[in-house]
Amino acid sequence: MPGPLKTVRGIADLVPHGLIVKYVVASVFRVTWGFFLAVLAAVPLGLAAGWYRRAEMALNPILQILRPISPLAWIPIAILWFGVGDLAAVFLIFVGCFLPLLLAVISAVQGVPAVYINAGRNFGLSPIALMRRILFPAIVPRLMTGLRITLGIAWLVVVAAEMIAVNSGLGFLIVDARNAGNRYDLVVAGMVIIGVVGLLLDNAVHSLERASAFRWGFEEKA
Amino acid sequence: MSASTRPTSATQGPTRNVRIKLRTENVSMIFQREGKALPVLEDIDLEVGDGEFVCLLGPSGCGKSTLLSAMAGFLTPTGGKIRIDGEIVRGPDPRRIFVFQERGVFPWLTVEGNIGFGLSKLSRSERAKRVSYYLQMVGLEGFEKSYPHELSGGMKQRVEVARALAVNPDVMFLDEPFGALDSITRLIMRGELLRIWQAERKTILFVTHDIDEAVQLADRVVVMSARPGRIQQIVPIDISHPRDISSPRYLELRDGILGQIGLAHRL
Repeated sequence: MPGPLKTVRGIADLVPHGLIVKYVVASVFRVTWGFFLAVLAAVPLGLAAGWYRRAEMALNPILQILRPISPLAWIPIAILWFGVGDLAAVFLIFVGCFLPLLLAVISAVQGVPAVYINAGRNFGLSPIALMRRILFPAIVPRLMTGLRITLGIAWLVVVAAEMIAVNSGLGFLIVDARNAGNRYDLVVAGMVIIGVVGLLLDNAVHSLERASAFRWGFEEKA
Repeated sequence: MSASTRPTSATQGPTRNVRIKLRTENVSMIFQREGKALPVLEDIDLEVGDGEFVCLLGPSGCGKSTLLSAMAGFLTPTGGKIRIDGEIVRGPDPRRIFVFQERGVFPWLTVEGNIGFGLSKLSRSERAKRVSYYLQMVGLEGFEKSYPHELSGGMKQRVEVARALAVNPDVMFLDEPFGALDSITRLIMRGELLRIWQAERKTILFVTHDIDEAVQLADRVVVMSARPGRIQQIVPIDISHPRDISSPRYLELRDGILGQIGLAHRL
């Protein structure tokens, strides 16, 4: 097990080759795509499923069966469908993010106070307009919390996916360092970098949460 | 002198001779609670004239808010019919706006955004004109860009009233709109509402459990009994505005209603 000094030297070893930047960019790139695709799919679907009780009742059994399946269990299928490469990793992140996000949106919609919905209906909004002008803004504070948790999941999944499904990224760095001559200094260096980047990502979403446009939800609770 | 001899209990329709705006015909409402039928409203027959200010008054749980929600189209009565302009009410409609307690203000929109909420079909400039007109009417100039969490309860209530007025509805339903406000703000808001009502002449149905509030505001007070809610008495308030709330007639009317409510509570 390498000490702190060896780890720092390990990180320093990675810098000259530009490997650090390359791997961080590769991992963040995959997380970004998988995460955003999941958001794009889960938010509209969640709004609809939260609003229409029947849609939720139809979806729920499937969701409950899929939910306990670890995103990592999808690795063989991801490779079967997309081969070894970025797409497989993006798919795995999507799978890891989509369900928790969908469930978060559904429960947020169901928690929207009836008074907002009634006020919206009173002004003659169509179902689509109601979702856009009432339900979506009303769930934003809870959605931000959901996004933050989900991005954390995405960052966990990308490392695992990269250990198997691709040849670059921080996860790959860790397995590669071990396989290529038991360079445990690089393994721990990789772990440290994963931790730091994960923290930065979390901070980014957190500052978005605090952005003035979304702040009402927190002021309201205070 | 003639006012005191006027028959009160038999009056179902508006006191002034105007067109009927809203009519409930034998309206009843039965809720299903854990398999048991719970009658909430029974035989509500009421006529409200165009431009009339009617208060629904009763003990809590008497179904007055339920009646208001049914009139606004949020609930369908289990028996009887509600008609507005002769048409049966089938759902909420922008011509009839329901004002909730200040909880109904959208916290994600500014004051301006809230007031203009129902005006998305208008052009930008038309909308801005309407918004600033009603902003001024409710006395919120300078708060255009404020978010509701930056406002007091009374200000939020003004935002909601302005949002309702901006779409120029015929009817406004107010469900204990000032219930959450402190007593001073409540008095001010009553005065404001009367001023706006006299300027715009909307038909107003106003739910309250505050006897003074009802007698200060209404053309007629509909006194409801405890659950299942029935109309116990309809009391025309024959005092012109502005009302002197220490005049003998005011006190007489108030005490009369107090007696009615007392009876409703007697076991």
